[in-house]
Amino acid sequence: MTARLHADDVRLAYDQRVVVDELTVAIPDGEFTVIVGPNACGKSTLLRALARMLTPKHGAVHLDGQLIRALPSKEVARRLGLLPQTPIAPDGITVADLVARGRYPHQGLLRQWSRDDETATQEAMAATDVSDLAGRYVDELSGGQRQRVWLAMALAQQTGILLLDEPTTFLDIAHQLEVLDLCADLHEHQGRTLVAVLHDLNHACRYATHLIAMRDGQIVAEGHPDEIVTAELVEDVFGLACRIIADPESGTPLVIPAVRRRVAAAPAPAEELPCP
Amino acid sequence: MSTGSYERAALTTPRAETTTPRAETPPAPARASKPIARSGKEASAPAVPPRVGRTVLRSPGGRIAVLVDIRACLVCVALALVLVVVGVVSLTTGDYHIPVLDVVRTLFGRGDAADTFIVQTLRLPRLLTALLAGAALGVGGAMFQSVSRNPLGSPDVIGFTTGAATGALIEILVLNGGAGQIATGAVLGGVVTALAVYLLAMKRGVSGYRLILVGIGIAAMLESANAYLLTRANITDAQAAAVWLTGSLNGRGWEQVRPTALALAVLLPLAVWLGRDLRMLELGDDVGQALGVSAERTRLAAVLVGVGVTAVATAATGPIAFVALAAPQLAKRLTNASGPNIVASAFMGAALLAASDLAAQRLFAPRQLPVGVMTGLVGGLYLAWLLRREWRRGRA
Repeated sequence: MTARLHADDVRLAYDQRVVVDELTVAIPDGEFTVIVGPNACGKSTLLRALARMLTPKHGAVHLDGQLIRALPSKEVARRLGLLPQTPIAPDGITVADLVARGRYPHQGLLRQWSRDDETATQEAMAATDVSDLAGRYVDELSGGQRQRVWLAMALAQQTGILLLDEPTTFLDIAHQLEVLDLCADLHEHQGRTLVAVLHDLNHACRYATHLIAMRDGQIVAEGHPDEIVTAELVEDVFGLACRIIADPESGTPLVIPAVRRRVAAAPAPAEELPCP
Repeated sequence: MSTGSYERAALTTPRAETTTPRAETPPAPARASKPIARSGKEASAPAVPPRVGRTVLRSPGGRIAVLVDIRACLVCVALALVLVVVGVVSLTTGDYHIPVLDVVRTLFGRGDAADTFIVQTLRLPRLLTALLAGAALGVGGAMFQSVSRNPLGSPDVIGFTTGAATGALIEILVLNGGAGQIATGAVLGGVVTALAVYLLAMKRGVSGYRLILVGIGIAAMLESANAYLLTRANITDAQAAAVWLTGSLNGRGWEQVRPTALALAVLLPLAVWLGRDLRMLELGDDVGQALGVSAERTRLAAVLVGVGVTAVATAATGPIAFVALAAPQLAKRLTNASGPNIVASAFMGAALLAASDLAAQRLFAPRQLPVGVMTGLVGGLYLAWLLRREWRRGRA
């Protein structure tokens, strides 16, 4: 396994609060890596550190064999993209303008809009199916459309490695799958290395080719979901008693949470079960 | 790799599941049809330029490709025309009417002595000071509004102008300085205040609201310091200080034009250059950084340049209210472009201040109002409108 991006023995902290300590991780090239774990386990923090937005207090992050901190920010941005959880769209910005900003790392003072910029922008908008929205204002779009526009911006950046922090939050189930399908497409057809933080374990099992399970700032298990997802792991990571069955659609592991004893008489919590 | 094909096979089915009922298309193998649908769309989509109303100037080799926003250019041209009209009226009318041709003659050194004196010594430097200070205030406002991501984040709201006034007042009242020292005091006061606000607002990076709230607090404190200084002064000094405090272009000469022009020649290109990074930071620090902008460094540079231009303007004219607040927002509405709109804001600031000064000189002639009174009047109305609008959107 080769890895262009890896973190070695990093300690990540905000001020004095240490979130992640002594963590070593490598992001396998050409795989769709999904990071799962309970809230506040340091998933987003790790993603930020991998993207050079947070400097480790100890240890280092390397990109292409170089210390990522030592690389110029624009250079990093040409190789690695990150879409944060809640990006801000400025007032009165159009879809086309927003997507075009993804080209910034490829531009310069005298090279403000090349033909590559043009094609990359249009391809990104076509891939995310937002070409028809080009002239619309971002603030008038629905949540699902907006998320696709942001993805288009990240795609226009044309980086080999793309990090996505919870790209499916705020989306309904159909749009969630749409975004994940798009990610799978990028990974399969364009050979990009993808890393996404996801909350839905079943989505993670279905789409990930490499799964990283985190708890309390540590990696508990990593590997292909088929190999690592077990009832013990879910119990260990999330403190959730469950059964694992094969997904009737995809054959990937499907997490079925156990009915809690105290409410055994009541019907099972519907939202945790896959739709029939 | 076996897992890959396994994965692909596994993915086909859910895809068909989720798309078919929604799109109500025949249940064809969805995975295979999707790329075709996409490329079809790509082909049929008209070649819309990715940014409407913009054009690209390319050198033959394509090494140089400059993006030109047509609308922003038109706005700047229109504002330049306004400036020309204001300039012509300012130079020709007044207590002594001088025909346009005679004004032109004096500019080339061929006018008669009286005309030359009036134009070269009285009217032209005043006009130029108005243009330069206005442009500087517009740029300063644009930088701060962009950094704070808030239309209220202008230097006159967040205390830098008040700080500059404190510096100047100390020079006038305590140290009895002349015009040069007053200007220096204003610059120093502005810079020191800016540093104080920046450091106090800093907590794991500077956020927009913190900057504004801390700035308003500092401004209130400096306001009372200024009032205290005035009460301690003797009546003549206090009067001179009060005049300075309203912000005026009366009696401004080449000694104000030269340093202001020099400072702007350095700071304006810097501002334009920083404007590109600031545009990216308006997407939030994380996205900005993901796109290759170092957030804190850019912000600190923008604050320094913003303070620089504001302090320079204040040194030349005294604290003129509302130009920095209103000019960038008006420019934004006219150009309809996101980002700090540095150049358009500069033109707008210059036009606002030059026009306000003309109005202040002529509306109540022979009485000459300080231009600060005029901009305060107009700007107050604008601020009320802005607050109302922000309040309606549930932001302020």
